[in-house]
Amino acid sequence: MSAAELLDLGSVLFLFAAALLSLAAGVGIVRFPDPLSRMHAATKPQILGLVCALVALGLQAENGATVAALVPILAFQMLTAPISAHMVGRAGYRTRHLRRDLLIRDELADAIDKAHADAARHDTEPDLPGLVTDEDTSDWRP
Amino acid sequence: MSGRITEIGRWQGFLLQLPLLVWLVVLWLLLWGHITVISVLTGVIVALVVTRLFYLPPVDLSGRFSVYWGLAFAWHFAVDLVRASVLVAWQAVDPRGVPVNSVLAVQLHTRSDLIMTLTAEAISLVPGSLVVEVDRERSLLYVHALGTPDDAAIERVRHSVLVVEERIVRTLGSEHDVWMINRERRAAGRPPLRLSARQRRYEDAREGR
Repeated sequence: MSAAELLDLGSVLFLFAAALLSLAAGVGIVRFPDPLSRMHAATKPQILGLVCALVALGLQAENGATVAALVPILAFQMLTAPISAHMVGRAGYRTRHLRRDLLIRDELADAIDKAHADAARHDTEPDLPGLVTDEDTSDWRP
Repeated sequence: MSGRITEIGRWQGFLLQLPLLVWLVVLWLLLWGHITVISVLTGVIVALVVTRLFYLPPVDLSGRFSVYWGLAFAWHFAVDLVRASVLVAWQAVDPRGVPVNSVLAVQLHTRSDLIMTLTAEAISLVPGSLVVEVDRERSLLYVHALGTPDDAAIERVRHSVLVVEERIVRTLGSEHDVWMINRERRAAGRPPLRLSARQRRYEDAREGR
């Protein structure tokens, strides 16, 4: 087997792994019951799938410039995927789009309840975790 | 910490910005795919213009950076990324049904925005967790963990988040952050992180020894 064929075989294997992981991510997004769970599927297998696809491309690259272009793709995906997942998950939690019956513990709800209870006792505004002032959180109770 | 920031001069301000400028130039070169005098020169100009136009509050760097722990973090990160991806991929197609989850509050040791951000980023990609809410004032991360059937699993997730934070603090945390971690390790009867002479002096001063 020549070197080029070995590289081709490597690319095939990595592309196959990428396809499987992306499929699993897609299945997870459909099958998981609430936005918080779905975001797990949208970040983790998706990133590894992307890594595999980029490695497959890198193996076929004929010059360094192509490989150099792959690096920022991965870097920005790794930086932005958790942030977008956090924003969607946070919005989902705040708008009560979550399956409470699937949570065995929720320490954020506990903290919010405690903040509301403290505020009621001292007759002040609740000191909510992650409070953003330009947002109306007065009735924020999951 | 904050006292130091107000005293820094122009030159030190530039030095603090330097990592960002270098990163922007490197990114520019990566996008062009070749290194020539023109591409470096335009990269420097674009980096300067971008940092002036889209001004961000300076990141409070500790000035420490451990190459060894940086590489250790990168290695653990890669291993965890593969493990977490395969695990979540399996949970997605697991015929036994969808997993039971939990939202837990993890108390970090650091007060640094940078380390908190890096930890939140890293754990979102790594051990079955996702950051739902951040309490910056109290250094609390509210983490959604996938597949936590019992209390032991919840504590494992909490521990894994703290391990990630510890690796990042070892890489670029300030003396104060290392001290906070060591204090807890001593309280729990675990050996503290290996201390440099400078770190030991700092901790002795803070603890009044």
